Amino acid sequence: MSVPGMSFDVAAVRGQFPILSQIIDGRPVHYLDNGASAQTPNAVLDAVRTYETTGRANVLRGVHRLAERATDAYENARADVARFLGVQPMEIVFTGGCTAAINLVAYSYGSLLKPGDRILLSELEHHSNIVPWQLLRARSGIEIDMIPVTTDGRIDLEKLPGLLTPKTKLISLAHVSNVTGAVVDVGAVVAAAKSIGAKVMLDGAQRAPHGPIDLPSLGVDFYVFAGHKAYGPNGIGVLWAKAELLDVMPPFMGGGSMIGRVTFAETTWAPAPRRFEAGTPPIGPAIGLGAACKWMQALDWTGAHAHEMTMVQHLMDGLQKIDGARIFGPAGLQNRYPVVSFTLDGVHPHDVAQTLDSFGVAVRAGHHCAQPLMDRFDLDGTTRVSMAPYNDGSDIDALLTGVRHAAKTLR
Amino acid sequence: MSDQLYQDRIVALAKAKTGAGKLADPTKSARRDNPLCGDRVTIDVRLDGQGRIAEIAHQVRGCLLCQASASALSSVAVGLDAAGIAAVRHDAERAIGREQGEAAEPFDIFAPVAAHKSRQECVMLPFEALKDALS
Repeated sequence: MSVPGMSFDVAAVRGQFPILSQIIDGRPVHYLDNGASAQTPNAVLDAVRTYETTGRANVLRGVHRLAERATDAYENARADVARFLGVQPMEIVFTGGCTAAINLVAYSYGSLLKPGDRILLSELEHHSNIVPWQLLRARSGIEIDMIPVTTDGRIDLEKLPGLLTPKTKLISLAHVSNVTGAVVDVGAVVAAAKSIGAKVMLDGAQRAPHGPIDLPSLGVDFYVFAGHKAYGPNGIGVLWAKAELLDVMPPFMGGGSMIGRVTFAETTWAPAPRRFEAGTPPIGPAIGLGAACKWMQALDWTGAHAHEMTMVQHLMDGLQKIDGARIFGPAGLQNRYPVVSFTLDGVHPHDVAQTLDSFGVAVRAGHHCAQPLMDRFDLDGTTRVSMAPYNDGSDIDALLTGVRHAAKTLR
Repeated sequence: MSDQLYQDRIVALAKAKTGAGKLADPTKSARRDNPLCGDRVTIDVRLDGQGRIAEIAHQVRGCLLCQASASALSSVAVGLDAAGIAAVRHDAERAIGREQGEAAEPFDIFAPVAAHKSRQECVMLPFEALKDALS
């Protein structure tokens, strides 16, 4: 599946993911649900096992050598994540996940906003980038505006200027849509935000699994992503924010580790990122995520991206030959990532996905936690194929065989 | 596996769309959503003076299992009151393995769903909507 001239070795990458060598009910694993959770390479499994078997202890508190090992590994993971994003380690906050990171911003940065201030979202956002702002609206009287999407499933930035107001304080958007795979034009969003002094947050859940990101060059103010979608463990996520923002943001949760001094009269806060990491953090998952970021940094992303786009083209070509299959999202390869949604006339997405399972193919079907987007297009849902560098043409072929079978038998 | 899930009888029942549509003058209506998958069932009923279903209609925006279940339910619902529907529900619960015992027709066709826990709510959603409509 590699492009001529490219030397991306899919088999070598795939071989690092033990789960993919399984045979289940006589069939290989065709895992195309990476947008929900990616698989984990040996490098990550080894890092977590090393911590659990040679350095398991709590961080930041103990003076014994296991505690020092744990603390070193935890802080090294922070540095690995920072390198992956091109930022400073002290700007990296470990959270319980991507949703937790957005909630942290909505609560903490949100508490600095005033009634009548406005947050601008888009119509294609994941619920995790809608509901925390609705909760903030209920708490503090901010207002929410929404950028509509184009018919090909992109955020319609032509509508952006008309939605900006002097009260708009934050634009929070998916870097890459978890439904259509479209990547937002970050430069245009940042330029528009700067014109009115608003901040920009990107939900990078679907972008981070596709290689290192140079956040300083993007010019955004907040960035969040999930560990488990980026080849890391569950239960870990990342918030990055500019240091000057973290410095003025109040704590989200209170507890151990996030304090300066506690008395019953008054408590002072630790500096960031500690201020936002109350209690014992998810140490093993953080160490695993650090290993995942290192693993991603070592991958040839020029080759990997070309490989991913070759699979997208193969998928689109195959779907176009199936009567009633319609791609929902950008039809081309430009400005997109390898997340492709489609519908099959007369067959519900769940029935497509269930049929695919019988062919050993794992995909996601349904509303993808993007019900406003489904409502906009009057869709019951879509079937979503989300790819990773370890996928290959055999995965796409198995999927197309399954879709043809569903088209033949279920309508 | 899933090929067995979509047995011909289930596909045929879904395609039959027994009772699909709306009632012009329903006594009661109820809508149920499955927040996990987005399936939605709306059920209209017209009741007689004794609280028995005289007419039923359903609108399903959902998968084949949900459509088949709504068809099956509509095919047996007329003449039953809330207690009668609760009794029929046991057949569906037995078919999908949530209760012990043999399931009677037409719900026995859902037996393959017993092996697919994530799809069992698809079968039960029309029952939930009808329960709300009768409450």
